[in-house]
Amino acid sequence: MSIMEYNGGSVVAMVGKDCVAIATDMRLGQQSIGVAHNFEKVFPINDKLYYGLPGLASDVYSLREHLRFRVNMYRMKEEREITPKTFTHLLSSTLYEKRFGPWFLEPVVAGLPAPTEMEPHPKPFISTMDTIGCITTPKDFAVAGTATDKLYGVAEGLWEPDLEPEDLFETISQTLLNAVDRDALSGWGAVVHVITHDKVITRTLRSRMD
Amino acid sequence: MDALASSLSAPPRLTRDLNEDGDDAGSSAEWGSQGGFGNLHSGFVGGMTVPRTPDPAAFLNLHTDSMSSNPQAKIKLAHGTTTLAFRFKGGIIVAVDSRATAGSYIASGTVKKVIEINPYLLGTMAGGAADCQYWETYLGMQCRLHELRNKERISVAAASKILSNIVYQYKGMGLSMGTMICGWDKTGPALFYVDSEGQRLKGDLFSVGSGSTFAYGVLDQGYKFDLTDEEAQDLGRRSICAAGHRDAFSGNTINLYHVKEHGWDFIGNYDLSETWYEYTQKEKGDKMTRVEAPSPMAVEA
Repeated sequence: MSIMEYNGGSVVAMVGKDCVAIATDMRLGQQSIGVAHNFEKVFPINDKLYYGLPGLASDVYSLREHLRFRVNMYRMKEEREITPKTFTHLLSSTLYEKRFGPWFLEPVVAGLPAPTEMEPHPKPFISTMDTIGCITTPKDFAVAGTATDKLYGVAEGLWEPDLEPEDLFETISQTLLNAVDRDALSGWGAVVHVITHDKVITRTLRSRMD
Repeated sequence: MDALASSLSAPPRLTRDLNEDGDDAGSSAEWGSQGGFGNLHSGFVGGMTVPRTPDPAAFLNLHTDSMSSNPQAKIKLAHGTTTLAFRFKGGIIVAVDSRATAGSYIASGTVKKVIEINPYLLGTMAGGAADCQYWETYLGMQCRLHELRNKERISVAAASKILSNIVYQYKGMGLSMGTMICGWDKTGPALFYVDSEGQRLKGDLFSVGSGSTFAYGVLDQGYKFDLTDEEAQDLGRRSICAAGHRDAFSGNTINLYHVKEHGWDFIGNYDLSETWYEYTQKEKGDKMTRVEAPSPMAVEA
């Protein structure tokens, strides 16, 4: 029995043209038993930055609250919103703090950095890390959870560069839905967030319930 | 010394099989009454080989997950199932799911878990897919031979006993099957549960597999002997639907069979997820105004 597969669940993030998308399934299980189908694993930091925490459900709650505290402290000290890149490093060091007794989570971050004077046209940002905080920042997509291998397979086939928000939504939805249908421990509903400069599109998908 | 080592390491019946290539399947034991064991074969089925190691069972257990005690084994056999069958006044309902998993990977969603042994006998598949498929097909051969020899269709009791006697010969060697043999003979509709441990039970209602507990929940709640055909078929479908929903290792589609006096009828193949949406929609309609409550699991936002 692996702790990483105890509750099940998967998250995927994708880069588009001036937009990013992040999606999760909604299953919470105890090994083979499905317990809840309203367990979202993706949370907002602000309306330009979301992150997903697939892995051990109890750690999802603990780390989310822990991060909420740290991001709020950052906000108060800096008097500005945290950027996706900084948040990734904050998350990474939070994970490494528990190097010898890790959080059983594989976070995925997706965000749109705000334009600054130095960087007037920032690129959409996604990143992912392992349980102890080793960061990867892919240019295309990031996957994590029990359906990781299946998600890689489908994403590798469907993703293409410079997708507009609506096309990115379709791509990430089909990727998640089809990957999750080959994984016994993920599924039971899905939520997709597409982050654009002027709004966040959040949609609940009708998925297979078996 | 060698003789001592081999006598200690190999069970005697295995040594016998390794050394002889004799075909015991056609021995005279099948022909007449043998004190109630007329269908019991005197040895292994010809052509079946076992790993040439001192302890074949340990070898299999090391490399496959056939006994479910070694989930990290490299060779993953198709597993995970929900099957059910129950007797009622209109015959027997047989309902199964169609998912095969290897670890958490859904290897197939279109498995035929009802094995049509012959036009009036059905067998269900749970456990090792290959074990069930092979031995129930083999059982079909034995049933046909019985028919030719005795000019009479085999009873369900006898058919299930042939199967249980065969698997008992291989007990402890890694066979994994939990099956229900269903049919209609001159005693009427009959249902037997047979598994690879050698257990054989006659009964009115069985469910087998990883999702069986969920199926039993719905089944027990709605079961009566006096069900109409439509009610019984719906109960079978609903039970598999509930199991496929809750159990990660069951799902995809439902296969429904009805055993009647003239033999079995295939009722249909239904998408399990669509069926689930149908039933939940119906329940929501029944309760009229059910408001979506906020998640009891959620922490304040």
